[in-house]
Amino acid sequence: MIDVTIIGAGVSGSAIARELSRYQASVCVVEKDEDVCSGTSKANSAIAHAGFDAMPGTLMAKLNVEGSKMMPSLSKELDFPFDMIGSLVVCTDPETKDALNDLLERGKKNGVEGLRIVEREELLQMEPNISDQAVAALYAPTAGIVCPFNMNIAFAENAAVNGVEFKMNTEVQDIRREGDHYVISTNQGEIESRYVVNAAGVYADAIHNMVSENKIKITPRKGEYLLLDKSAGKHVNSTIFMLPGKMGKGVLVTPTVHGNLLVGPTAKNIENKEGVNTTRSGLNEIMEKSAQTVKNVPYREVITSFAGLRASGENEDFIIEEVKDAPQFIDCAGIESPGLTSSPAIGVMVANMLKEMMNLQEKDDFISERKGLVNPKALTLEERNELIRQNPAYGNIICRCEMITEGEILDAIHRPLGARSLDGIKRRTRAGMGRCQAGFCSPRTMEILAREVPELDMNTVTKSGGKSTFITGADKEDL
Amino acid sequence: MKNYDIVIIGGGPAGLAAAVAARDAGTESILVLERDKMLGGILNQCIHNGFGLHTFKEELTGPEYAGRFIEQLEERNITYKLNTMVMDIFPEKVVTAMNREDGLFEIQAKAVILAMGCRERPRGALNIPGYRPAGIYTAGTAQRLVNMEGFMPGKKVVILGSGDIGLIMARRMTLEGAEVQAVAELMPYSGGLKRNIVQCLDDFNIPLKLSTTVVDIEGKERVEGITLAKVDEKSRPIPGTEEHYECDTLLLSCGLLPENEISSQMGVEINGITRGPFVNESLETNIEGVFACGNVLHVHDLVDFVSEEAALAGKNAAAYVNGSREENVSGREIKIVTKDGVRYTVPTVIRPEFMNDTVVIRFRVGGVYRDCYVSAYIGEERKIHRKARILAPGEMEQVVLKKSDIEAAGDVCEITICLES
Repeated sequence: MIDVTIIGAGVSGSAIARELSRYQASVCVVEKDEDVCSGTSKANSAIAHAGFDAMPGTLMAKLNVEGSKMMPSLSKELDFPFDMIGSLVVCTDPETKDALNDLLERGKKNGVEGLRIVEREELLQMEPNISDQAVAALYAPTAGIVCPFNMNIAFAENAAVNGVEFKMNTEVQDIRREGDHYVISTNQGEIESRYVVNAAGVYADAIHNMVSENKIKITPRKGEYLLLDKSAGKHVNSTIFMLPGKMGKGVLVTPTVHGNLLVGPTAKNIENKEGVNTTRSGLNEIMEKSAQTVKNVPYREVITSFAGLRASGENEDFIIEEVKDAPQFIDCAGIESPGLTSSPAIGVMVANMLKEMMNLQEKDDFISERKGLVNPKALTLEERNELIRQNPAYGNIICRCEMITEGEILDAIHRPLGARSLDGIKRRTRAGMGRCQAGFCSPRTMEILAREVPELDMNTVTKSGGKSTFITGADKEDL
Repeated sequence: MKNYDIVIIGGGPAGLAAAVAARDAGTESILVLERDKMLGGILNQCIHNGFGLHTFKEELTGPEYAGRFIEQLEERNITYKLNTMVMDIFPEKVVTAMNREDGLFEIQAKAVILAMGCRERPRGALNIPGYRPAGIYTAGTAQRLVNMEGFMPGKKVVILGSGDIGLIMARRMTLEGAEVQAVAELMPYSGGLKRNIVQCLDDFNIPLKLSTTVVDIEGKERVEGITLAKVDEKSRPIPGTEEHYECDTLLLSCGLLPENEISSQMGVEINGITRGPFVNESLETNIEGVFACGNVLHVHDLVDFVSEEAALAGKNAAAYVNGSREENVSGREIKIVTKDGVRYTVPTVIRPEFMNDTVVIRFRVGGVYRDCYVSAYIGEERKIHRKARILAPGEMEQVVLKKSDIEAAGDVCEITICLES
C-alpha cells in the first residue's frame, strides 16, 4: 500500500512530488510516457509570468504570483535556468490604451510588484525592434524566462533522490475505491494507494471522471510555436506580449534562457488529446500576428516548429481540491497558462493539503538542493581542463551546434531518472536542439544510449519511447 | 600556446587539398583540425562512385577519393588532430579547440583556412507542418546510418528535395532493400545534377514530382504517412492536389548551409546568398590571412572543384605566411557584379595585383535557362560570350578571366557576369 500516488510526471505532478518528499510518506508518481516532462510541460512558452493577467481572487492569480516570487531562489536551489528579463504587454492602438491601465490595476491587486506603463519613447529604447504601431506598454520587471524541461526534471530528480518512486510507461486505465483506499489499474498492474493526486494534464478529466459522478471536461487548446536560431535570439530583450484577448495572451515574442527566439502560440480548441501536430495555417498565423508587436522577426532563421496542448478547464481557473464525492482524491486539473509559473506554488499547496489530511511529519534527511548537469561552457579554461582530465568524455563534443559533450550526455543517462531516449537526452542536455536539429549528432547519441543502457541496442533506441524507433533493421535485410 | 603557420579548420576534401597545396608551396608548419574520428569528411559516407573524373581522370568512390588526398597528406607528414572540435577563432588568429586528450587548448596561427563544410537544412527550417515522430531524417544522416553503420532508417520511403544527396539516397535505399515511393521537389526543376536524376531515379523507376511539397506528416511515434501536394508559382500548396503516401520514413534533401557560425563570430563577413564568406581572388575573407574554401565558402556539387578551389586557398595562405605575396600598392579592387539570372559569384572582388594569370569565377544561376549565353564584361567590354544549351541552379558554372584582359582594360572598377539571350 502506497500513501500517495500522483498521476502525471509533468511539472505540476513533479512539483507536488518534490514538496511531498519533505514528509514521511511513501509516494509514487505514475507517468504514461517514457520520461518526465513529456506532455504540456515540454511544449509551452517557457515564461515565468509576473501575474497581472489572472482575475483577482482566482486561484490562478494567487498561485501565479506566489510561483513567480519563488522562482529566483528555487531556480538556485534546484539548479535550473531562470532569467528575470521582464515582460512588456504592448498596446498598438491608442483606443485600447485603457486596457493597459486595467491590466496594471489588476496586477497591483494580485500583488505583482514593480509594474508600470512605459510610453513609446522609452519602449523603443528598451526594444528597438518594437512595432512602429506600438503606443505604450505595461512593463513587468519580475517576469522571466525559464527552461521548462530542466525545471520539471529538477523537481522530479529531487523528488526521486528524496525517495519518491517514478513509474514510467505506466498508463492509468481505471481507478476504483476499495474500503479506505484506491486501487489504480494500469497497463503495468495495480497500485493500491491511500491518497491519489490527479495531475494528468489534458487527461485530468478522464482520471477525475473515473472516481466522480460530477464529470469535468478538459479541452486541449493547441498552441503552435516557431523557434528561431540563436542568431535571432537578441531580436528582443524581454518577453513581448500583445494585449490579451479571450483565447489567451496572444502571440508572444521572447528570448529563451538558451538564447534562441521563441514566437507563438496560437490558441485553438481541439478534441484530440495527442494532437500536437503543427499546421500550415497555425504557423502562418504566428508570423502574421507577431508582426503586430515586433517588426522584422527573421523567420529565415527558424530551426523548428512545435505544438503543445493547454489543459483548459471550463471555469478559467485551476481546479485544486479534494473531489467532493471521492475523499482522499485530489484534483490538480485545468492547469493551463500560467501553470508553469504556478507549479512551485501548486506543489506547496497540494503538499500542504495532504500534510493536513494525512497528518504528515517532516523527514530529518530531506535533501533540498539538486545539482544539474555540469555546464562546461560556464567554466574557465583551467576548470574545464581539470574536468576533462578527470573524465575525458567532457573533451568530446557530440552535438556540434550546441557544443554538448559526451560527458554531459553520459551524466544525463546515469543521473536519477536518467534519459532513455534521444528526446530525453535533448531535454536534459540540449544535444540535438540546435540549428541542425540533431542531423549530425543523432547517430552518435544513439550509439551512446545503446552502449550505456543495458536494455537498449541500436535497433531499440527510440526518439521518445514506444514505437518511436529510428532503425528498422540491417542493410539488405529485406532483399 | 602552440604556434603554427597555417591552421586548417576541417579535414574533409577542402581541408586536405588546402593542406597539401600549402605544403607544396613551401609552408612547413601546418595543422589540420578535424572533428570526426577520421580524415575525409563527408566523402567517407559517399560510397557511390563518380568522384575524381576531373582530378584523377578516373571514377572513384568517395572514400577512395579522400584516400588519395589522405595519402598525400601522410607522405608530406602534415600534422593533424582528429576528434578535435574547434570552439572559437579569434580575429588575431587564435584558435580554441578541444579533444579528449589535450582538453581545451589554444593555438596561434599566422593564417587560418576555413574548411568546415556545410550542414543540411533540417525539417524545422522548412516549416513543414505535422507531427514530429521518429522516421524523419536528413538524407545525409540516413546516408551515414546506412553506409557507415549498416542500419536501415526505414522500409517505405518518401524523399523531399531533389538535392544530390537525396537522389543518391533514393538509389541507395532501393539497393539496400527499401521501397522508395517518390521524390518530391518544391521547385519546378531539380536541385541535383542531371546525371544523378538519370542514374538514381530514372534507372529505378522512382518518380520525380516537381512543384510538389509535403503538406502533412502523420504518426505520433514513428512516421505513418505523409501527404504531398502540388504548389503554385509562389510555392503555396494547391488545395485539391493532395496525394497521401503510406510510409515510415521521410528523407529530406532540401539544401545545404555552409557552417559559418565560428567564422561569423570571429568577424568574417558572410554573403547572404551563398551563406559563405565574401572572398577576393585569393579566396581571402575580409580578415587578412583568413581564407575559405570548399562547401563552407559556397556549396559545390562536384568534389573535384572543391579540391581545385582549396588548393588555391592553400597556396595563397602559404604565400601570405612566407611573405612572398606582393603588397597591394595601388589598393585597387574590381567588384564582380551579377545580373540577369546569375545569383552569386565566388569571388566577389578581384585585386589585379594579386591575380594569377587567370582567375576562375564560379557561380550559380537562379532558374533553368535554355539556349542562352554566359557573358562576362570587363568594364563595358564583353570579353566572354559563351553559348550554353542549358543552365540549371543545381549545376555550378564558371568563367575564367585572364589577367591580361583585365590589365588591358585599364582602370575599370567593375566586372559583370550575366546571362544573355
